[in-house]
Amino acid sequence: MFDTGTLGQANYGILGSSLILALSRASKREKGDGNRLSMTAKKVVYKLDSTLESVNEAEQKASELASASGFDEEEALRIEMAVREAAVNAVYHGNGYDPNKKMTLAFERTEDALVITVSDEGHGLDPETLPDPLAPENLLKPSGRGIFLIRSFMDEVRFRKLDPGTEITLIKHVRSHDADGKEESK
Amino acid sequence: MTMKSNTRQVDGVTIIDLSGRITLGEGSTVLRDLVRQNVAKGNKKILLNLGDVTYIDSSGIGELVSAFTSVRNAGGELKLLNLTKKVHDLLQITKLYTVFDVKDDEAAAIQAFSK
Repeated sequence: MFDTGTLGQANYGILGSSLILALSRASKREKGDGNRLSMTAKKVVYKLDSTLESVNEAEQKASELASASGFDEEEALRIEMAVREAAVNAVYHGNGYDPNKKMTLAFERTEDALVITVSDEGHGLDPETLPDPLAPENLLKPSGRGIFLIRSFMDEVRFRKLDPGTEITLIKHVRSHDADGKEESK
Repeated sequence: MTMKSNTRQVDGVTIIDLSGRITLGEGSTVLRDLVRQNVAKGNKKILLNLGDVTYIDSSGIGELVSAFTSVRNAGGELKLLNLTKKVHDLLQITKLYTVFDVKDDEAAAIQAFSK
């Protein structure tokens, strides 16, 4: 269905023009460790069209950044899958593929975690009202597993209501050996 | 990589070999059409070989469930063959592993269909 060669080029164009913020210093609180923060506190934000191409691009970026953040292959795959599900929710369920609505995707490597936020401009989502996909009566339903999978794959998942839209925050902590053993004390 | 498929008939069983990604907008609609077409032709013993499936998302899982229920509702059987670790883990997490009849040997899978 997709020609990956041309798709890749086109999407890099989209991403290049939508780069809002890169390499921002996310925290100033630990002044004595300036070099460390400059290496780890990075935030990248993309504003993307509500398309399946954007979903694929979000997935690819998540994979790259998870690997670059020190996660092993299995953890990186989980992050990648969680971001894909969040992006599908944003462009499909949230924005309804509306060309006038955007998905905002942010990756931030904090000192002890990879923090990813995915926002849409849709009608909003109440995570409390979502049916349990593991309930016997829902087991054979064709949909309703996306947020369940996100929660399975990430350490922390938070929802925030926007006006309009929904922001979902996905957090995966870096293991102690990947962050010089410092985050365990936090 | 988009999904590719190859369909073959062995001893009255329709084996659909799938490779690539079963995800929203890629493999999931292809899978739906394949299963529908086979059921419409009267091929109601379907073995989905997922051995070369590299990636599946919630939409793809949903399509596997839909395929399973549509074949069963038509009076047939659908089984899964050769799950990769990734797909196996996903079916475990979603409690679908026990819903599907999962096989890891093609000949044994063919024998397992009711005659």
